[in-house]
Amino acid sequence: MKVGLDVGSTTVKCVVLDDNNTILYKTYERHYSQITQKISDILKKVRNEIKGCEKAEIAISGSAGMGIAESCDMDFVQEVYATRVAANTFIPGTDVVIELGGEDAKILFLSGGMEVRMNGSCAGGTGAFIDQMATLLNVPIEELNGLAGESKKIYTIASRCGVFAKTDIQPLLNQGARKSDIAASIFAAVVNQTVAGLAQGREIKGKVVYLGGPLTFMEQLRTRFDTVLKTTGVCPENSLYYVACGAALCAENTVDFTQVINSVENYKGTGNFAFNPPLFKDQQAYDDFTARHKKAHVETGDIKAYDGKVFIGIDAGSTTVKAVVIGEDKKLLHSKYLPNSGNPVPIIKSFLEELYGLCPNIKIGSSAVTGYGEEIIKNAFCADFGVVETVAHFTAAKNFMPDVEFVIDIGGQDIKCFKIHNGTIDNIFLNEACSSGCGSFLQTFANALGYNIEEFSRLGILAKHPVDLGSRCTVFMNSSVKQAQKDGATIEDISAGLSLSVVKNALYKVIRASGPNELGRKIVVQGGTFLNDAVLRAFEQEMGTQVVRPDVSGLMGAFGAALYAKSKYNGSSSTLLNSQQLKEFVHEIQVVNCGMCSNNCRLTVNKFSNGRKFIGGNRCERPVTKKSPDETLNIYEYKLKLLQEYKPKKGKRGVIGLPMGLNMYELLPFWYAFFTELGFEVVHSPISDRKLYAKGQQTIPSDTVCYPAKLMHGHVQTLIDDGIKNIFYPCLSYNLDEHMGDNHYNCPVVAYYSEVIKVNMRDIEKVTFINDYLGIHRKKDFPVKMCGVLAQYFDGISLKEIKKASKAAYDEYDRYFQKVRARGHAIIEQARKENKEIVVLAGRPYHVDPEINKGIDKLISGFGVAIISEDIISDKVQRFTTNVLNQWTYHSRLYAAAHYLQSQKDMNLVQLVSFGCGVDAITTDEVREILESEGKIYTQIKIDEITNLGAVKIRIRSLLAAIAEQRESKG
Amino acid sequence: MAKLEYDKTGRLLFTKEMKKEYTILLPMMAPIQFRLIQKVFEEFNYKTVLLDTEGPEIAQVGLKYVHNDTCYPALLVIGQFMHALQSGKYDVNKTALMITQTGGGCRASNYIHLLRKALRKAGFENVPVISLNMSGLEKNSGFSFTLPMIRRTIGALVYGDTLMLLSNQTKPYEVHKGESMALVDSWIENLSNQFRSGKGYTISEQKKNLDAISSSFSQIEMKKVSKIKVGIVGEIYVKYARLGNNNLEQFLADQGCEVFVPGIMGFALFKVDNRLEDIKLYGGSKVKFKIVKLLFDYLEKMETMMIESTAKYGFTPPGKYSHTKELVKGVIGYGNKMGEGWLLTAEMLELTETDYPNIVCTQPFGCLPNHICGKGMIRKIKNVDPRANIVAIDYDPGAPRVNQENRIKLMLAVAKENLNAQSDQKNVEKTNSKMQIKAKVKTTA
Repeated sequence: MKVGLDVGSTTVKCVVLDDNNTILYKTYERHYSQITQKISDILKKVRNEIKGCEKAEIAISGSAGMGIAESCDMDFVQEVYATRVAANTFIPGTDVVIELGGEDAKILFLSGGMEVRMNGSCAGGTGAFIDQMATLLNVPIEELNGLAGESKKIYTIASRCGVFAKTDIQPLLNQGARKSDIAASIFAAVVNQTVAGLAQGREIKGKVVYLGGPLTFMEQLRTRFDTVLKTTGVCPENSLYYVACGAALCAENTVDFTQVINSVENYKGTGNFAFNPPLFKDQQAYDDFTARHKKAHVETGDIKAYDGKVFIGIDAGSTTVKAVVIGEDKKLLHSKYLPNSGNPVPIIKSFLEELYGLCPNIKIGSSAVTGYGEEIIKNAFCADFGVVETVAHFTAAKNFMPDVEFVIDIGGQDIKCFKIHNGTIDNIFLNEACSSGCGSFLQTFANALGYNIEEFSRLGILAKHPVDLGSRCTVFMNSSVKQAQKDGATIEDISAGLSLSVVKNALYKVIRASGPNELGRKIVVQGGTFLNDAVLRAFEQEMGTQVVRPDVSGLMGAFGAALYAKSKYNGSSSTLLNSQQLKEFVHEIQVVNCGMCSNNCRLTVNKFSNGRKFIGGNRCERPVTKKSPDETLNIYEYKLKLLQEYKPKKGKRGVIGLPMGLNMYELLPFWYAFFTELGFEVVHSPISDRKLYAKGQQTIPSDTVCYPAKLMHGHVQTLIDDGIKNIFYPCLSYNLDEHMGDNHYNCPVVAYYSEVIKVNMRDIEKVTFINDYLGIHRKKDFPVKMCGVLAQYFDGISLKEIKKASKAAYDEYDRYFQKVRARGHAIIEQARKENKEIVVLAGRPYHVDPEINKGIDKLISGFGVAIISEDIISDKVQRFTTNVLNQWTYHSRLYAAAHYLQSQKDMNLVQLVSFGCGVDAITTDEVREILESEGKIYTQIKIDEITNLGAVKIRIRSLLAAIAEQRESKG
Repeated sequence: MAKLEYDKTGRLLFTKEMKKEYTILLPMMAPIQFRLIQKVFEEFNYKTVLLDTEGPEIAQVGLKYVHNDTCYPALLVIGQFMHALQSGKYDVNKTALMITQTGGGCRASNYIHLLRKALRKAGFENVPVISLNMSGLEKNSGFSFTLPMIRRTIGALVYGDTLMLLSNQTKPYEVHKGESMALVDSWIENLSNQFRSGKGYTISEQKKNLDAISSSFSQIEMKKVSKIKVGIVGEIYVKYARLGNNNLEQFLADQGCEVFVPGIMGFALFKVDNRLEDIKLYGGSKVKFKIVKLLFDYLEKMETMMIESTAKYGFTPPGKYSHTKELVKGVIGYGNKMGEGWLLTAEMLELTETDYPNIVCTQPFGCLPNHICGKGMIRKIKNVDPRANIVAIDYDPGAPRVNQENRIKLMLAVAKENLNAQSDQKNVEKTNSKMQIKAKVKTTA
């Protein structure tokens, strides 16, 4: 008799097999992190129900079972391996197994060269991910499947990790997209993630088997896989128990059952986990702390007794909706704090109804809306003003501390903080999509462990040894928590540890502060998450300073909006819907594709009473104004057009193809001229889009490489599909030397990515792929070396021809730069004439690619701002000393541009950073330092596969608001 | 007390006076090699401390002072320094730090600048940082990496690599637990005594020492058991430093594996060779080529000594650089030089070839060069040599150990299966050959 246990991240599965490998007993139970308890319960049950198992062969498998197996003297079987053994035994002839678990995704190729793939450490958990998404949609997990079945449309949701997907889904919800469509899109994202992340160039075909919880319970998910893989996979009977069966099949050691149960019950981890000092040394310390914070409170009044003008502030946040009503004396009369269950419109409607019901004779002075849902709420209810979140929060903070120097707000989904310099917002930090976590993160954990959030955080306050969990993303945190539990951490320690990690995340990942001096002494903290005393204390402890937390901490955005509305009030009557209009209020949602440009945004059209309309999901104003936007003051647009002018010319030597990505964005003129001169017809792959990406997606070997590099797979595939026989994509360690730095390298990815393409794309064998190492930085040696290189592929190209072609190449490169710079300066001049702000949208040449920049250039120019790029002004300064090794050509330009701004009052810099770009960890700090030493505001935008621009908009609006305010105060 | 002097860019210099008064802190990477190198520095009258601190607080300090998206080695090396300076163990007015700088196109060349940024943030701007490099990047009057010193450092590397190689091959099989590591310690002691009296660096002394070392390890009593043979490759820091790889070697030992870690000499040869390749690929000075070639040849000579003496005593010798390089032809170009470049790919092929087909490829999370020469090449390596059984492991401050170990265990499960199949195969072959012999005997009879 063989017993197999599968201890997963959320469940324990157990099977008992007889000697013919028939399942005698099976069970599947959630363990709620009480792992050893659950195991011993199950084993006891087995002992009671199955005869003859007193002596059995037992093996344990699953990520959470490792330590237990070791110390309880049981065989441990790695879970992927176990799956393989089971599949080979029960379904001979299986080609591919796809298994999704609580936190892992796995693909096993069984036939034709066995390979096993597990998701990389970044890819996040799929089961947990689906759980999270269900919570976000506020539907039970079982319903998700049903909803997906009714879908009509699929939205693109980032498929890398749960946090990214969340940032995509939230705005869709706020814009009123249908839940069924989102549910289906979530499944599509899971499929995408699994296929793209794990297949890594291997085709999934033949007999496909689906295993694991999510694939067993959700047939819509299986259908999605079938559609994408163009196959019909099977989900076998007992699909939940394959790992457990595999473990049983591998079990070799016969053990005494009772003994095993005893040792499991006595199992106590190693007792070693890293921990921090306690938050409070005793109850007294905590009481003092509470007393101190009670002082920061807002005065309240009775709305029914009040009869002056009121001002309404609404903060439609990502996970919660807050609304406040204040009086002329700023007294808080009424407030509401509600979860945003996907659609904020009905919530605000009922809030207003309630308010009108409460005081039928209310006199509304004015109203303002802020937060993610600002636009839709403002449109739906005709609110008087919209205000950027940062400004709203600053307005509120000033009310508690007029000379506040730093404001930090940790909400459900986002962290916002900014410094205040000379009374204006000076430096804004928003969390990047990756380091979200924040409040909803605590909530998710509390729920997973079976507590509500208030209870859970209270547990941590007097914890003796708060666990040190580091400051990474939620997915990692899950595993760290489990590890700590195994090592004997109590629930109190974990609660305190999670609060600390929220703070560390904010401080070290978002703000990147090293001490209180950097942030200023006068700090106001706010946002729902700071209502949690453990988080508040952790913040003070970590910063070594005392801060102010207003009692309306969770309402600050709305409170600020109300104050803002009050300050803007000019006596005219409010436009906000009155109780009569509210009764007639209707809201209809329609989803359409825009189709007015290549972005083809998916628009959510919200229709309200009186034919009012609000369009969400758009990147530019085109679908709203029906006019194409004016892009004359946008260098990105110009560069893109200019590059399109290099049209193929028929030549005697045939066709050569260039993939249009990474450094080709700048070297196209060079190689175009070079090969055209030699008599080649030079074609390049089209401008990237999502479809092109999908073409090469399956061949990406490293899922954490930057998006621009990933796109190269699609470009090369497109060239091959178009029948191009010669593809030219050289390796370039060095870029051209612009004499601005210590060296002139390309980053490793730009330099060598063509090597990855060469060995990971199957179809490369069909073409001549030229990817030699070339030295364009040595102008004199180049023709000779190039001659040798080309001789490997083509006959009869003389050195003389190559010399001529090289000259043409260098000349064309220079000409291209002259044109771009000339246009850049014309833009600057024009902007100055029209008194427009100038933004240096700084990045790397390939950020011109619209699939990479996501239309951020258009978004910014939509605010009436002129856009230039770093290379327009990088030649305007002398070489100067940087605090880092200045060794990459593209990045030297960034430093130079930042340095140049010193003398330019009307220019501000926004840096585009590709997610996963290791070099930018260095450049962003340096660019920030340069700008700040010049008294400029630094703004950084991280871009990836994400398609939503909501957060970007906030940043840009905050920047513009800050600039405007700075101007005003300086006169 | 030594005066603080700055160069014209504002960099704090390490002066001659400081050499007398200051203690230089060295970060830990490969323990055996670094302990020996430290002895060389002492011989040249530098007071040094090799930091052997460990524990999660080092990464925490690193996170506090270094951009969190920077690679893990930078976080750890800088974290280790800051942790030491804040510990109160050292007089911060009489302490300097040393860090290597390769000048390559990857982020690692920037560690020194990130370290200075961290020092400023923490209020240690008076602590000088010395760059250890051979590219003439930064100079200090109180420290120069002179030719004799370079030679001796190379000598120390050769000894270190050899000791690491041999102990890795004996430790898993030793009958008397701890014997191999005790032998390593006694050799480090022995060699540093030699260094102190200016001995142990000439070719003939080195040969003698290396032979004696190999011989002494061959006398360790060993059990005959079959173990899973695992190679470790990767980004240089996480490959060697147990602080960086969660003590990977120990974990593998606990899982019943024999470990092979390619030495630092291969990396040194690679870095020197890069300069030759650059000239070959892109053109450049012939004189420079000749000078670099001299150094290259010298290193190769050292390598040959290591190979000969270890092979003589029946150990698996380190791979020969020229052969390793040959293996990667047609797989990845020799111009690929950032980070570990093509060498990383080559080492994986080499290990597979020399019967260490099970490989852990280590890298910091988001390591740029390894997207290409590590993870990017695994598929190709498997095509070239299907025996390869490779797992890529990312290290960073947040990556939980359980997940890393789980992935490695998967690799080991497959390795074990292969090993069993192999020994079955061997048994079959044995019986076959026995039968053949019998048949032969019959026919001759």
